[in-house]
Formats: sequence, C-alpha cells, structure tokens
Amino acid sequence: MSALIRVGTSTCGLAAGAEAVVGALRDKLDRRQVDVELQRTGCLGACHSEPLVEVTEGATTALYGSVDPARVDQILDRHFGSKGARDAEPSWLLSHRLDHSDFPFLARQTKVTTRLCGVIDPLSLEDYLANDGYKALRAALTMDPEEVIAMVKDSRLRGRGGAGFPTGVKWEITRRQQAHPKFLICNADEGDPGAFMNRTMIEGDPHRVLEGMLIAAWAIGASKGYLYVRAEYPLAVKALRTATRQAAEYGVTGKNILGSGMDFEFIIKEGAGAFVCGEETALMHSIEGLRGTPSMRPPYPSVAGLWGYPTNINNVESFASISTILLNGPSWFAGMGTEKSGGTKAFALTGAVRASGLVEVPLGTPLRALVEEIGGGCRSGRPVKAVQLGGPSGGCVPAELLDTRIDYEDLRATGAIMGSGGMVVVDDTTCMVDFARYFLTFTQDESCGKCVPCRVGTRKMLGILTKFTQGQGSHEDIERLKRLCETVRIGSLCGLGQTAPNPVLTTMRYFEHEYNAHVDASTCPAGICSLRPAATRTT
Amino acid sequence: MQRRVSTNPIRRYNYQGDPLAEPPPADLTEILDRYLGQRDALITVLEEIQARYNYLPAKHLQYVSRELGFPLSQIFGIATFYNVFRLTAPGRHLVRVCKGTACHVNRSSAMIELLSAKLGAREDETTADGLFTLQTVACVGACSLAPVLVVDDRTYGRMTPELSWEVVSKVQEQEQLQPQVES
Repeated sequence: MSALIRVGTSTCGLAAGAEAVVGALRDKLDRRQVDVELQRTGCLGACHSEPLVEVTEGATTALYGSVDPARVDQILDRHFGSKGARDAEPSWLLSHRLDHSDFPFLARQTKVTTRLCGVIDPLSLEDYLANDGYKALRAALTMDPEEVIAMVKDSRLRGRGGAGFPTGVKWEITRRQQAHPKFLICNADEGDPGAFMNRTMIEGDPHRVLEGMLIAAWAIGASKGYLYVRAEYPLAVKALRTATRQAAEYGVTGKNILGSGMDFEFIIKEGAGAFVCGEETALMHSIEGLRGTPSMRPPYPSVAGLWGYPTNINNVESFASISTILLNGPSWFAGMGTEKSGGTKAFALTGAVRASGLVEVPLGTPLRALVEEIGGGCRSGRPVKAVQLGGPSGGCVPAELLDTRIDYEDLRATGAIMGSGGMVVVDDTTCMVDFARYFLTFTQDESCGKCVPCRVGTRKMLGILTKFTQGQGSHEDIERLKRLCETVRIGSLCGLGQTAPNPVLTTMRYFEHEYNAHVDASTCPAGICSLRPAATRTT
Repeated sequence: MQRRVSTNPIRRYNYQGDPLAEPPPADLTEILDRYLGQRDALITVLEEIQARYNYLPAKHLQYVSRELGFPLSQIFGIATFYNVFRLTAPGRHLVRVCKGTACHVNRSSAMIELLSAKLGAREDETTADGLFTLQTVACVGACSLAPVLVVDDRTYGRMTPELSWEVVSKVQEQEQLQPQVES
C-alpha cells in the first residue's frame, strides 16, 4: 500500500518554511527508498500551524503542524520506521482522522468552496478531474441557460464580494441584454488588508473558479472572461496561468466547447496595486488600460460595462460556489444558509486570535463560533475586544455582539458589513481610536481622487483622528468628525468613499468612552497612543 | 481626437532631429512589438517593462508613447496612479514590510521603524550604497503569519523588529562577501 504525503505550499506555507520541508522530505524519502508519493498542495486553511504535512496511508491519516526539516525524520519514523516509533504521538500531531473532526479548527467548519484546497495538487488537472472536476460544466451545457440561472437563483447565492446582490439575478439581467459581445469578469483584486480568501482559493483550487466562470458564460452568453488578479499574488497568477492553459488543452475553452457551440476564452489581467480597482467600474477601466477611477452607476456593468458592452462581474468566491450548486442542487446549497442567503462564506480569520487562517462556515453561524470555537479566543489569553469585519470598508463588532449571525442583513444592522471576508480579531491592547485611524490612513491613501467628498473628506477625517491619537482633540472635533462621516458616506462616488467612514462610525458607536478618554483626559485606555505630555492630566 | 495608429511605426518614423533618434533598444522593441495596436495593453506594457528593468526609465516611457501612440501624459497618469510602478531605479534588494490590518495589529510599524533606522533609509527610499529599497505594502495576504516581511521574492512570517533586521543583515553580509563584478 503506497502512502501519500501532502505539504501545503501556498504563500502562507512557503512563508513559514514549507520549501525546506519539501526538500528535506524528498531527500530523506530518497535515502529510505520507501514508496511514497510527495504532493504539493494548496492551503488547508490552518495557516497558524504552517508548514502543514499530512501523511495518508489508505484510510488512516496524520496531519502534522509547524513542521520543520528537523521534524521530518520523526514523521517518517512514525510511519515507515520500526514498530516502536509508531506509538509516539508528538504534540504537533494535529489530527489523525480523515475528516479532521478531532482538530477543533477544522471540525467546526463546512468546506464547500475550499473543499479541495490543501487536498489536491492545484497545478494538476487530473487531480481536479478525479474530484468531479468539470462535471458541473458538462451538466450545465446540456441544460438551457435559463435553467442554469434558475438554479443559481434558487440557491440564494449572493455576491461574495461583500455587497450581497443575488448572483442569479445579476446573471439574468446580463443575459437579457441584446448587445454582443458580452463579457465576464472575475474580481480577484483582493485589496482589503487582512484578507486572503481569494488568494487561498486560487492558489489551492484554480480550476473550480474557471469552471464557475465557464458555467456563467454559458448562462449569460459571454464569449470572453477576464481574470483580474492582484500582481501582489504571484503564486495565484501562476496557478491561473497553468490552469487556463490546462483548460484549453482539455477542451473546455476555445471554439465549440464540448460540442455545445459555445466559444469562450480566458484573459488574465494583473492588477497594478490600487485598492479602488476592487470597485467594479474602476476595475473595468483598469482592464481597458486606463487609470482605475470609478464611474457613476447606473448604467450598471450588466447593461453597459467593459467598452460599453454587457459585463457580468462576480467575486472569486461566487464563481467557486457555482459548480457545487449544479452538482448538489440549489436546495442543498440554500439549506446551508439563512432564509435570505444560501451557502457558506469563507473568512480570513486573523489578528490577535490564537488559531488564524482561512475558515469556511455556513451563513447564519454566529460570530462567536468563529472567534471562540474555531479561532480559540485570543492568543494573549486576554478577552476579545472587538472583531473587525470587511477591512477598511467594514466596521467593528464589539464583543457584546458576538452572538450576531453572519448574514448580510444582520451584520449591516450592527454598522459593520459582511465585506469580502476579512475578519480581524483584536484584544484589549488595541486602541480603537488608533485602529480607526489606521483604516483611514489606508482609505485616504487609496482614494483615487476623482470625487471631492472622498479625496478631501478622508483627509480631513484622518487629520481629526490623528489629533485624537496625539491627545489634542476636542468635543467639537468629535462632532465635526460625525458630520464629515455623513458627508463622505452620502456624497462619494463609489464604494470606497461611501464605506470609508464605517470604521470610524462603528468605533464611535461602540467605544465612545475611548474617544472621550482621548479628548477629556488625554489618556489612551489601551496605552497605544503616545499623547502629548503637556496635555496630560494624569500623574 | 484621433490616436495615431500605424502598422509599423518603428520603421516609418522619421528620426531626424528627435531626442529619441536611436530606435528603442532591442529588448524594449520586443515588448512593444507584441502590443502594437492594442488599446487596452498600456498597463500590461508598463508591467512588462518594469519586470525587465525593475523600474520605468523615463526614456523608455517616451518610446512607449511614440511607438504605441499613447500620449505621454496618459502614460505618466497610469505610472503614478498604480502603486506597483516606480519611476526611479530601486536598490538591488527590495525590502517590503506589510502594513495590512493583521500586521498593523501585530506591530509592524515597530519593524518599519527599526529597519528604517538601521538602513538609514525612510519608506520608499533607497540606501546610499544602492543595496536596499525599503517599502511598505498594503497586504501580501499572509495575514495569519503577521507581521510579515518580504525580501525580494521571499516572505518571512511571524517577525519581530529584531528578527527582521537579522534577515536583512544576512542579505547585506552576503552582498559584502561577493566580489563586485559588475561595472
């Protein structure tokens, strides 16, 4: 019986030293001459324990975390050595069940879009095909496009980029347009600092995204698909290049795909580092080779998008969900979520949390389950203070509201947003005023400068917040900041500006006492801000 | 406004009295030829030029303008809008500190401060010996290993200011050991 050894070699694995582990494994396996297949996979999601090595022999498995070359011998002894060595169970053995139900980080998750991440070799088409790959596309091509759209609508899949627009409805609008050609865009410009859902999915299972796009192309009648991916993700770009080449060789792109009469081709566009390009109209301008500045909507891209033609833009995760809907049926997908939104959502759980990584849970799961059960609370042992959702466009949910369900509407009620899936946990050593200021530094820097409320407004907001963190603010400033937030929110042209005040508004709503402490007593309760000594009233 | 489109401007152009009298260098021509007449290719062209030269030399941008027919103002607009483009030559090694949310919460700012002090170069500056360029980057997507340092193509996770300096100084030592062969 031959064994299989998997090593996670995504960006996170490599950063933790996976390359050295692969080298040591290869070297030592050669020397031992055991019949083992060594496989490089994507990320299993448990990034906090990288590099991960999983040894599978038939129905038994062992998942090891924090492996370094020195531990490689110990692993090989356990599996292929003498009998005595087999009994030793090192503390870094994370799981020995195939379904990982004995590893709390993975046990509580429901993996749908990330099911094969860390399981298959992302650069191998055979691996994807062996796991029902392109089966959903074959099924879709035998159906009417309208039937496919109906299935997506019934699944209650909503835009995973954060806005939550029903994906099926978007497809239907694009399908109904008379103009030709029609374009498809996959938004993989994951610019939120603190988010890596799209990176993990593309690096770990790129064909799933392509298959979702091909099904969408069939449904709406598109002939070209752009993959707009961040240049800061070199491994993801490489995975997509390999996958699109393989797809062409396999015959699922090109002319008359699988005899269906559909023609389709993929074009990979590397983003050049501009956060605003995550906004759909800005992204389209960038594809057109222009500065990535947004335009007024309507007209929406579905009606007049790329070069004025109907264009359907979806997030990586939305596309990754499609094949599972077709294979397992829309009611299965809808059944996992809430009344209004079906399916699962992936989150990049990071910050002060003990077990960070990529986490996928059904919509409707309470935030607490992610932070405490999966994440294991704060690494420092201190209490969780807040959870920041949706990056610089999102907001903070305080610890008291951790029982909020993860759903578009429920989260919006707290002032935060679902966002694309960034989830940063902070403990009480983080100053919320400084935290809000950090996000404003980012949005102010990334504002494209086209509209005044965003260009000037974010700058003024940052100025006031900086005053607070230096202990020079006044209550008038707090009022002025609130007014500014409203102006920027209402007056900005695109999502970047409209959502830029969210971190400020939510921290002011839930942590008003911290703002007051900075202003009244010139103290920073978390002890982060270095306030001007002259203004200090405390001893 | 009609954009000048010619099938092969490199041969047709009259070079007399032009500051760019010489035709573009061969490796630049190789890039430009592939994108001739493609209106949406400007960003890709600039990305390729930067990949080859590590930055966007001013003269090369003038060549892009002339050979591909884009106004120089538009090229400058693109080159300054997107963060990846550099208009000055970087140091031999690129030291990038991530300042994403997770890294910020895990004190990446202390890492920037220490590196900046030790290298004697502020953010976006190159050291006097031309060895290092210090940069910050919005997020490299390795948040679970925060704070993160990227030196050239290698990513280092779970850094402290001291560890980050160890990484950089190792590169520095190697550079000093190597005999300088280039002109």
